[in-house]
Amino acid sequence: MNADVRCPHDLAGLWPLLEDGAVVMAGGTDLLVRRRGELPTVIACLERIVSLRGVGEEDGFVRMGACETHARLLLHPLVRDCLPVLARALAVLGSPLIRNMGTLGGNIVTASPAGDTLAPLYALDAQVELASRLGTRRVSLDGFIAGPGITRLDPGEIVAAVLVPLPAPEARQHFEKVGRRKALAISVVSLAAVIRTDREGVVAEARLALGSVGSTVIRCKEAEESLAGRHLDRESLLAAGAAVRREIAPLDDLRASAAYRRDVAGNLLLRIIAATP
Amino acid sequence: MSKNITLAFTLNGEPVSIETRPGRRVLDLLRDDLGLTAAKEGCGSGECGACAVLVDGTARLSCLMLAAQLEGREVITAEGLGTVENPHPLQVEFAAHGAVQCGYCTPGMTVATAELLARAPCPDRDEVREAISGNLCRCTGYVKIVDAVLAAAKAMRGEEP
Repeated sequence: MNADVRCPHDLAGLWPLLEDGAVVMAGGTDLLVRRRGELPTVIACLERIVSLRGVGEEDGFVRMGACETHARLLLHPLVRDCLPVLARALAVLGSPLIRNMGTLGGNIVTASPAGDTLAPLYALDAQVELASRLGTRRVSLDGFIAGPGITRLDPGEIVAAVLVPLPAPEARQHFEKVGRRKALAISVVSLAAVIRTDREGVVAEARLALGSVGSTVIRCKEAEESLAGRHLDRESLLAAGAAVRREIAPLDDLRASAAYRRDVAGNLLLRIIAATP
Repeated sequence: MSKNITLAFTLNGEPVSIETRPGRRVLDLLRDDLGLTAAKEGCGSGECGACAVLVDGTARLSCLMLAAQLEGREVITAEGLGTVENPHPLQVEFAAHGAVQCGYCTPGMTVATAELLARAPCPDRDEVREAISGNLCRCTGYVKIVDAVLAAAKAMRGEEP
């Protein structure tokens, strides 16, 4: 592998590399697998850039540095306590070894419809902070990901951080991934739900994101609206599940058929009440 | 074509300085250039864990790391966990429990579980299973491996077996 590999310590050291056409590497768990034996000419590793790490609360948002590894995020109290829907996805992503290497920003830029962190981030209305030599800009995650492996990242730009508006403390957060095995599984279907109910148990706002059932993660707005104003019970979730089946666009592949995915995607909604005390 | 770099890092407690291509896989650097053949190539794509090494105390896949990433880091391979004369408790218990059959996965297993025991001295069975969920073994069925790790944890806590 004849690539030149640079590991700048700060963003000032990164920008000239990007101008020269370097390919960005975060954890390497996707890039080096895709490029087996055939690396780009210059690789710019982000792992030593301190400003791309750190987790904290900022103006009502949880801010997560794009180069935080899945393992480190999983250990962070803000993620565990405030974003359990994300924590549950991180806990079943890849394997412990992959989680020690792969990063949140990398999972986003890989933009796989099966990316385990993506459904939770869509359901949390996450934004991404993009940085370049010219400055930073913030865009919504679902606007940023345009298709499988396709993002709206400009040349010379990187994902610097992920910002999640703090969910209401009483909001119900749920994640479930269906895969062929427990570890190292690419999901067949995943569901992330963030649902806020009022004192009487009536849904004030429901956000439902489904993974591996289309060319990107899909927010099922019709299903969300069908839940609003209703109690979370078998009947309302069955109706929302029917809406989910209309809104998703699954494909047949070697892991599962489209028909199976459509069935499971709708049924997974029932677990939202089965999984809570 | 990239130029060679002089890479300096700590390997199993000893300082190392070696001239290499920056894009060389860490696995190849360890095995072919430095003669440490404990880390194995199973899949070359992060799915089997046979190539795991500790980098600054964290278990990572050496098939998915590039040489330049090691600059200044502390690397421990299965060879560095213990020696024949002074083995790591994991190595003692893997042998004692028959947790080794063909042996190909063993270095990765010991590295992944060394990381576990460093952070969680009293793991339960499920935690051990979780910790090795990225390490494939096609011989043992895992039961003896989990037994060995639990026994090593006990030994490291100074408890009777």
